[in-house]
Amino acid sequence: MLPPRALSSVAQGALRRAQPFRTYASASPTAAFAGQKGSNGKYTVTLIPGDGIGPEISQSVKDIYSAAGVPIQWEEVDVTPVLKGGKTVIPDPAIHSVRKNTVALKGPLATPIGKGHVSLNLTLRRTFNLFANVRPCVSIKGFKTAYDDVNTVLIRENTEGEYSGIEHEVVDGVVQSIKLITWDASERVARYAFHYAQTQGRSRVTAVHKANIMKMSDGMFLSACREVAKEFPNIKYDEDLLDRVCLQIVQNPRPYSDRVMVMPNLYGDILSDMCAGLIGGLGLTPSGNIGRDASIFEAVHGSAPDIAGKGLANPTALLLSSLMMLRHMNLNEHAEKIEKATLTTIAEGKHITGDLGGKASTKEYTSAIIEKL
Amino acid sequence: MIRNALASSTRPALTHARTATTLSAGFPKVAQRLPTKYGGVYTVTLIPGDGIGQEITDSVKEIFEYVNAPIEWEQYNVSGMSSSGEDLFKQALESLRRNRVGLKGILFTPISQSGHISWNVAMRQQLDIYASVVLCKSLPGFPTRHNNVDFAIIRENTEGEYSGLEHQSYPGVVESLKVSTRAKTERICRFAFDFALKNNRKKVTCVHKANIMKLGDGLFLNTFRRIAEEYKSTGITANDMIVDNTSMQLVARPQQFDVMVMPNLYGAIVSNIGAALVGGPGIVPGCNIGRDYALFEPGCRHVAQDIMGTNRANPAAMILSATMMLRHLGLDNIANSIASSTFNVINAGKVRTADMGGSATTSDFTAEIIKNLHA
Repeated sequence: MLPPRALSSVAQGALRRAQPFRTYASASPTAAFAGQKGSNGKYTVTLIPGDGIGPEISQSVKDIYSAAGVPIQWEEVDVTPVLKGGKTVIPDPAIHSVRKNTVALKGPLATPIGKGHVSLNLTLRRTFNLFANVRPCVSIKGFKTAYDDVNTVLIRENTEGEYSGIEHEVVDGVVQSIKLITWDASERVARYAFHYAQTQGRSRVTAVHKANIMKMSDGMFLSACREVAKEFPNIKYDEDLLDRVCLQIVQNPRPYSDRVMVMPNLYGDILSDMCAGLIGGLGLTPSGNIGRDASIFEAVHGSAPDIAGKGLANPTALLLSSLMMLRHMNLNEHAEKIEKATLTTIAEGKHITGDLGGKASTKEYTSAIIEKL
Repeated sequence: MIRNALASSTRPALTHARTATTLSAGFPKVAQRLPTKYGGVYTVTLIPGDGIGQEITDSVKEIFEYVNAPIEWEQYNVSGMSSSGEDLFKQALESLRRNRVGLKGILFTPISQSGHISWNVAMRQQLDIYASVVLCKSLPGFPTRHNNVDFAIIRENTEGEYSGLEHQSYPGVVESLKVSTRAKTERICRFAFDFALKNNRKKVTCVHKANIMKLGDGLFLNTFRRIAEEYKSTGITANDMIVDNTSMQLVARPQQFDVMVMPNLYGAIVSNIGAALVGGPGIVPGCNIGRDYALFEPGCRHVAQDIMGTNRANPAAMILSATMMLRHLGLDNIANSIASSTFNVINAGKVRTADMGGSATTSDFTAEIIKNLHA
């Protein structure tokens, strides 16, 4: 037991010493938005309406944006996969559009079922190097759940970890799945977490880990966070065990409102959906994927084929995601205005959609928000 | 061949049916040799553990002494705070091998790389106590944000993400292995269904992430489905749910769950969410069961160093785990009276520790339970 561990800790020590000499190719330095306005004074943003209810809720966002006078023009693209060289890929025009505009808003996509399909979300993530998934959850007034004081922000490493996809069957009935943690990816997501905390007025970053069990992998994730923390002296940094965080958020989420949580892939996946559960599900939670080449903001709920085309869908998640996008683009005032209109509409409860317990159609809900603008 | 032999020997003998009371882990008795018993007294290994362990096991000892439980403790004050306790840890393991039954608090595990590996995990792996059982149930008289929660978490305890196999293949690149095997998956799934049968539960839910980890969790899910088919005639329904959705459902509608079975890491997450739903780690009992050994410990494994030594810890989880141990030893009468006294004290609501919104100390709470044993 001892010799290999002793060895590995020596290697780790060597790595740490080597750090100051490394150059950080990642995320210049924080993947901040650097787009330019076009000749008409508007930013161009790629819009991927998506499948199922996607087109309806996208239309609702477009209507609200034009009513609010947001300086954005949409460039709609289709991401239905095409066959290229025997592999299913996203069509080139879509890739070019996102790469050019560096910002995209995306509705839900139906992942084709069957062998050989890599999920489109995964493809998008790989194509644009979307390394950080940002998931804020805020209690929405007017939609009662068991919790009314949730205000969490969770940033999840999005490219490796447990979802590396490296697995093999050693002998019949014995499978190894590899959780891959790299210094570069950990450091990159940690830096974005600190950047996010700084720009969004949160005073603390908490790294969530399981390093008591996975001493090397989660241990390295923590060392990377600690290194980055030194560059942000005005943001407090601490670490907490995954177990404790689960326990405490579910018991009382309030103390988590002052911080940003950052964690490896799987923990982030589970915790972000758990936080969504606290405020009433995926229909109310926005999500942003921050990347080196582009950032894609999306609704994480499904495409709900059962109500598609009936005008009953709730566009809130996509709308809130688009507001994250506006803030990413530093259009904070517009975000503020639309957010206020949306939240008051929900709080009043007169024009809310079926999933929130109301009777309104997507259109009625949309026009109620526009009126409040 | 070997796999078949393994699987069939882990299949519990269903003949020892026993009554399923509220908090009894009606796990099948499969021990080849019975626990150590001399002159009607069982010898049980006691490892108080770190943090609040000492205080809450003292409370159990006090109650056991009062009811004259035929238990002789063999106590090992192992501490994971420094690696120097390793010798004592090994002695404690030997003692567990002798006695086959133990009661344990949680041992601290350092997160630094130079620190020792988790002794909690080492113990589970070396004794092959493969099934962790955690019971999350709303307690009468103690309302939380959710009511009518009542589910059991069956967690694989010896492999998966906790394999402890990690290496740095290149500076800055670390691989951590999650190992899933058909044999261990099969026995945990069987355990879950047997548990459901014996405790009159209706549904077993498999928690997984097979959409991403297609081979590893895929093996778990496929094995689960195969075993579920075998138990179909018993009327127990089976379904499966992806772990992120599970955690969302748990905080929104926890009443839909009955028995849940899952790989190691998800168990850590789900048991903490579950504990939080019903009122915290102080009231959730648990145990680890294998073919030969049974080790009882609080279901939600926290050291709670922050309140250590302040006499404020809630001993209920440890007391209830101890009553599960008594039932395991066939001492159902004593177990029932201690458990019902504990529930009565909580229900009455006059004496409660700080985590339950009261101001009583650990010793007050223990004294109140003893007082209620009369009634």
